[in-house]
Amino acid sequence: MSEQQYIEFYSECRDMIMSKSTAVMNNERDKAFELFKQYGFPSQKVERYKYTDVDKAFAPNYGILFTPLGIAPSSYIFSLKDAPKDMTAYYNRLADTSDGITLLNTMLAHECLLIYVPKNTKVEKPINVDNWIRGAVPSMMNRRLLVVLESGADATVIVGDHATDQQAFLTTQVVEVFCHDNSRLDLYEIEETTPGMNRFSNVYIHTENDCNVRHSCITLHNGTTRNLCDVSMEGQYTEVTLNGCAIASATQHIDNNTLIRHIAPNCTSNELYKYVVDEQAVGAFAGKILVEKDAQKTSSQETNNNLCASPEARMYSQPMLEIYADDVKCAHGSTVGVMDETALFYMRQRGIPEEQARMLLKNAFMGQVIDQISYEPLRSKLYVKVEKRFLGELEKCKTCNLCK
Amino acid sequence: MLEIKNLHANVNGKEILKGVDLTIRDGEIHALMGTNGAGKSTLSKVIVGDPSYEVTEGSIMFDGHDLLAMKPEERANAGIFMSFQQPIEIPGVSMANFLKAAVNAKRKYQGLDPMKASDFLSMMREKRKLVSMDSKLVNRSVNEGFSGGERKRNEIFQMAMLEPTFCILDETDSGLDVDALRIVAEGFNKLRKPETSAIIITHYQRLLDYITPDTVHVLLDGRIVKTGGPELAKQIEDNGFDWIKGGSINYDFESVTC
Repeated sequence: MSEQQYIEFYSECRDMIMSKSTAVMNNERDKAFELFKQYGFPSQKVERYKYTDVDKAFAPNYGILFTPLGIAPSSYIFSLKDAPKDMTAYYNRLADTSDGITLLNTMLAHECLLIYVPKNTKVEKPINVDNWIRGAVPSMMNRRLLVVLESGADATVIVGDHATDQQAFLTTQVVEVFCHDNSRLDLYEIEETTPGMNRFSNVYIHTENDCNVRHSCITLHNGTTRNLCDVSMEGQYTEVTLNGCAIASATQHIDNNTLIRHIAPNCTSNELYKYVVDEQAVGAFAGKILVEKDAQKTSSQETNNNLCASPEARMYSQPMLEIYADDVKCAHGSTVGVMDETALFYMRQRGIPEEQARMLLKNAFMGQVIDQISYEPLRSKLYVKVEKRFLGELEKCKTCNLCK
Repeated sequence: MLEIKNLHANVNGKEILKGVDLTIRDGEIHALMGTNGAGKSTLSKVIVGDPSYEVTEGSIMFDGHDLLAMKPEERANAGIFMSFQQPIEIPGVSMANFLKAAVNAKRKYQGLDPMKASDFLSMMREKRKLVSMDSKLVNRSVNEGFSGGERKRNEIFQMAMLEPTFCILDETDSGLDVDALRIVAEGFNKLRKPETSAIIITHYQRLLDYITPDTVHVLLDGRIVKTGGPELAKQIEDNGFDWIKGGSINYDFESVTC
C-alpha cells in the first residue's frame, strides 16, 4: 500500500534528513521508522480512523519539502536546536508511538518549532505561528511543534494553516503540549487552505495541577482534514475546554477525533464541536471522554451539534463516555439537524432573500462556538470570516502574504 | 390592491380552501372570522407564499402583479406583511441584523442604496417607541426568550420598520392582555397610511373595537359564506357561527346534515 514509498524514501534519504536536523530529533527517527514499518498507516478498520481514508491521501507521489523555519526574534519562539534550556527532554514524549501518522512525522520532520514560556511569565500578545505551503508539483510537509509552559506561565498561541496554488498538498503535523502546574494556555488552530490540501494533525496535550487549557480547532476552508486531539489530565483541579468549528462545502471532508483522559480527580472538561456541512461535503466527529478509576469528582460535558444544509451532505457523529470512577458528573450529546424551514420562511416573509436567510441561519448556528473564543480580537475576526465563508468569499486565504 | 379569485389550496394533500373570492381595495380593512380549521390561516399563508401550501386553482393579483408567481421575499418587498400567529424564535440572529437585512432587501428591491447604520439605528429607536417595546428586547436574538405578548408586539414593531402597504394580522390579539392589545392596536393605527389595507383574522370583537373594519367576512369550510359590515362581527360575538351555517345557501350540504 502507500506506506511503501515512504519506507523507501526514508531508507534512501535518512542521512540527508539527519544532516538537516538535530540530535534530539535524529535520536527518535530510527525507532519511529521500525514501528512505522510494523504498523503502517491506519486503515479504516482502525476505530479512530474509520471516517478518513488515510491510504488514499498518502498515495500520490509527493515531493517532500524541507523548508527551514522562519522565526522572527522572540523571547518565546525557538527552533528546537537553539532551545534556551534543555527542552530536548520533552521531544516525542507525548506522541503516540502506535499512530502511523505520528510515526511518519517523527521519521521525516527535520525541524521542530518550540514555544517555551518560562515560569510565572505571562505572554501579553498572542504568539502567532503561520504555516503555509505552496508548490508547482504535489508537495508534502511534515511539521512539528512543541509547546512547553512552565508553572504559572500564561500564553495564547494562534496557529494558522494556509495553502496557495491549486495543487495536491499533504501536511502532517504533530503538536506536543506540556502544561505544568497553574499554567494557562489558549491554543487556536485555524485552517484556511485549498481543496487540494490533505491535512493530518495530531495534537497531544498533557496537563498538571490547576491548569486552564483551551484548544479551539477551526476549519474554515480545506480539502481533506483529519484532526486528532488527545488530552491527558494528570493533575488535579484543571479545566480543559475543546471547541471546534467545522465548515465544509463542495466535496470537502472534515474529521475531528478527540480523546480527553481524566486521570486525576477534581477536574473539569468541556467540549463543544459544531459543524455546518453543505453540498456534498462530509463531516465526522468522534470524541471520547475517558474517566479513569481515580478521577473522582470529574465534571465533563461533551456536545456535538451539526447542521446538514443540503440533502447530499453527510455527517457522522460519535460522542463517547467511558467511566471507571463512581462519583462523577458527565454528560454527552449530539444532534444532527437540517435547516429550520419555519425560520427560513419567517425571514423570507420579511423580504430577506432565501440565500441570505440561509446564510444568516448558518452563521447563527456557528456563532455559538465562535462566542466561546476568549481572545477578543480573534473572535471579532472570526465572526467576519465565518460570515464570508458562508457567503462563498473565502475561497482562498487572504491573510497570508502570498495571497495578497 | 388585492384580488383573489376562485382560490383552492391544499396542505399535505388535503383541500383546505375550496374557492375563495375576495377583493380588497386600497385603504380597506377586512376582518376575517370563522371557526377553527375553517381556512383563515391557510388563506393568509397562501397570500404570503408559504411553500408548505399548494395552490391548485385560482389566482391572486396584487397591485396588478400575479402574486402566485412571486417568491415570498418578492411579495414582502412588494409591500405584503404578515404578523404571524406564532412568531418563531431564531437564536443567534440578532433583531438588529435581522431587521437590517429586511430593510435593506426592501430598499434594494426599490432601487435604493442600503441604509446608513446611524439612520437605521435611529429608525429602530423611533419605531420601537411607537409600539412601546423594551430596548432590551431589541438587543436580543429574534424572539428569543420573548413572552407570547412580546412576540406579538415585536411583529407590529417589524411592521413599523418595514412600512408595508398590505398587512395580514393573523390572530395578533391572541395571547395579549387588555393593555398590550390596546398598545398593539394603537400602534397599528398610527402606522397605517390612508392607502394601507389589511386583513385582520380574529375570533373576538375586542380587537375590532380598536381597529374598525370596513368589511367582515365569515370563512367556513374553505369558502367565504357571509360578508357584512362591522355589525356582523358583533352578531358573531353574541350568537356564534351556527346561525350562519344553517342559513347559508353557499354551504356544503354534507356538513349541514351533521
